[in-house]
Amino acid sequence: MFAFIVRRILQAVVVMLIISVIGFAIKQNVGDPVRQLTGISVSKAEREALRDQLGLNDPFLVQYGRFLVNAAKGDIGQSYFYKKPAMEVILKKAPATLELVLCSSILIVLVSIPVGIYSAIYPKRLFSRFAMSGSIVGVSFPVFLTAILLVYIFAIKWGVLPSYGRGETVNIGGWWDTGLLTLDGLKHLILPTISLSSIMLPLFIRLIRSEMMEVLQTDYIKFAWAKGLHRWRIWFVHAFKNTLLPVITVGGVQLGMMIAYTILTETVFQWQGMGFMFLEAVERSDTSLLVAYLIFVGAIFVCVNTVIDIIYGLVNPMVRITGRS
Amino acid sequence: MKRLSTLLLTAALVLSMGALFAGQAMAGKSIKVAFDADPVSLDPHVQLSGGMLQYSHMVFDPLIRWTQKMTFEGRLATKWERIDPLTVRFYLRKGVKFHSGNPFTAKDVAWTLDRLKKSQDFKALFDPFTKPVIVDDYTIDIKTTKPYPLLLNMCTYIFPMDSKFYTGTDDKGLPKDAIVKTQYSFANINESGTGKYQVTFREQGVKMIFTKFPEYWDQTGNVDEIILTPIKNDATRVAALLSGDVDFIMPVPPQDYARIKGNSDLKLVTMSGSRVITFQLNQKRRPEFRNKKVRQAMVYAVNNAGIVKKIMKGTASVAAQQAPEGFAGYKANLTPRYDLNKAKQLMQEAGYPNGFSCSMIAPNNRYVKDEQIAQAVAAMLSKIGIKVNLKTMPKAQYWDEFDAQVADIQMIGWHPDTEDSSNYTEFLLMCPNKETGFGQYNSGNYCNKQVDGLIMQAMTETDMAKRSALLQEVEQILYDDAAYIPLHWQNLSWASKKPLMIEPIVNAQNFPYFGDLVVK
Repeated sequence: MFAFIVRRILQAVVVMLIISVIGFAIKQNVGDPVRQLTGISVSKAEREALRDQLGLNDPFLVQYGRFLVNAAKGDIGQSYFYKKPAMEVILKKAPATLELVLCSSILIVLVSIPVGIYSAIYPKRLFSRFAMSGSIVGVSFPVFLTAILLVYIFAIKWGVLPSYGRGETVNIGGWWDTGLLTLDGLKHLILPTISLSSIMLPLFIRLIRSEMMEVLQTDYIKFAWAKGLHRWRIWFVHAFKNTLLPVITVGGVQLGMMIAYTILTETVFQWQGMGFMFLEAVERSDTSLLVAYLIFVGAIFVCVNTVIDIIYGLVNPMVRITGRS
Repeated sequence: MKRLSTLLLTAALVLSMGALFAGQAMAGKSIKVAFDADPVSLDPHVQLSGGMLQYSHMVFDPLIRWTQKMTFEGRLATKWERIDPLTVRFYLRKGVKFHSGNPFTAKDVAWTLDRLKKSQDFKALFDPFTKPVIVDDYTIDIKTTKPYPLLLNMCTYIFPMDSKFYTGTDDKGLPKDAIVKTQYSFANINESGTGKYQVTFREQGVKMIFTKFPEYWDQTGNVDEIILTPIKNDATRVAALLSGDVDFIMPVPPQDYARIKGNSDLKLVTMSGSRVITFQLNQKRRPEFRNKKVRQAMVYAVNNAGIVKKIMKGTASVAAQQAPEGFAGYKANLTPRYDLNKAKQLMQEAGYPNGFSCSMIAPNNRYVKDEQIAQAVAAMLSKIGIKVNLKTMPKAQYWDEFDAQVADIQMIGWHPDTEDSSNYTEFLLMCPNKETGFGQYNSGNYCNKQVDGLIMQAMTETDMAKRSALLQEVEQILYDDAAYIPLHWQNLSWASKKPLMIEPIVNAQNFPYFGDLVVK
């Protein structure tokens, strides 16, 4: 077992190294940060001096080596724009993104389960047909268009919800600024949450419906009916429980997708999260922040996967054995 | 027990309501503004950019500043006089205080000028200046090495800093006056200016709050608090104004002009700006471009009035020269040339009846509608047989490509930091010279000794009428030579809610003077 864990961790380290090389290679092509740091009429010599000072004139391997040494000490670079350590900038932006993803997930769960179940049980009813055709529209509508449309209707036309930003936030524990505890913050959350869930929600409704319909056809459900069980018990305890398994598997994968979609949503709503920060960093050629972000996100995925693999290994010895061969 | 808690609750409610009303009565007007960019630092010398200068006008205060009519107006200097060809004497305002409480004197002006000469972004502009001479606490002689016609223009960039506040070392043992671009520095996160507003909250890229400095000397405006949110996305910025979430935005994207004009609660103010958009024709890369007739043909082939009308939707002024009206070099008789037949004829005469192929690059997120403009110009050139292979890219990548001169035709927009005609030619059309830095952005490699000579002469000519004549002659030569393809000057635009009297506070430099803003 120990050997398995060591092997798994080594693999994770290799993956991280690959991510950092790719990040560094991208960095060289995103543009020149010095251009963004100086006025346009600044002389070439001054720019060159600044480039030297930032170490941007060193060969790729020297720069990369320096990055690795610093990263080993926990320093993944300095954001040129924010004039602060990149890690600090990213951690400051993370709560906004996580809260948005959390709220969207809750919205998806709360809506997709009842609608999915209902339209599986009564596929021919008007509401089910409406939900199905509506979900097709939802899936095919781009996120940013949904977002702009929502802003137009709720913020500009009716003036009931704010059009941008996070609103009033409350600080918890010194480093987590939350918008969940104020009325203003919650109001600001509504439109971004709906836009972010606009792609996943219809997908989940359809998934739950089709899984549920399949389960409803199985023999044990027919047997349950024959036994004369109450229909609520059949639908929710017997059928829905078995529907959930594939839904959870897909949901896990989609969570990653959702973090990716936040880039669009955050841009339209000026939501100050990691996705918005990333896009801005690209525009500003804040290359060191860019690399730090890729490393940070990569590290989260790698860590989660590694821990899951190790837990699998502990639970199911088969995984360890196949891994060896 | 229950009654007691009810009583307490009521009392608390009344108290908080009272506090609320008291707060409202005491505070002046508060406005929310959204710009496309926010200041990158609290140190005014760390970067020369529109966002930073806007910030300087709010938190610091210049010696003198531009008016809407492009004349000078005293701020921290009450009057000034030229006492010899190298010196202008400034009389400073008395009784002005910095945010730290320190009094403002001539020493601070001298200290600031000295610091400007150390700043990477400003040092070139302040190169002609020598050490100023302090006459007394409220009089200072600002001197240059040679007679310098732009001395006053440059004084609009002298925002005196609190020399006492910025001297010494901070609690990390670092010098407080250090100018640092990418790391922590004292000046990057602390300010003490003489301006109307103090920075009371700042989360970079998210929000900034400016609060009125109680001891500010000028009493013109009535806005006591400004909440600035940078909103980069055009649609979001406009939506924020339309929905009433902010009171003022700049700039306004052209596609939304009509929408704002049509809204009875809002107003739109536009003004012709001084950023000229041009294409440079690289004579080093293309032998054809060395032929004056070919260059003229290209200028004749480009319908820049059509571009302003169709693509810019009228939100720009058609240009036939670099400097706009009001600038020293502006020459009224230089009019836009668009004549397709003439262009074809010139191509014939030049010996290219069938045209040729060439390449072009342009940015796609730097200037208003830059990509569409480039596409239109490429299509227009194809009508005289010049097949253009166009490539556009984001600004983050553009400047490296521009410097490397990867294409035959390259787009560039220019706004002079000095607000003066000569600056366009210095950077865009003087013979490129690595040592002097002239022609740094001359990717057309146009080189005309006569133009260089005239500009050099203009640099030290302090008789403004003579200087104007020199610069007008330059514009005429460039026009006749078809040294580049002129397109238009971008308009500046601002929009706000009706009660904000923004018309008198906006200007061609695009730094609304918020200190003077009156909200009805």
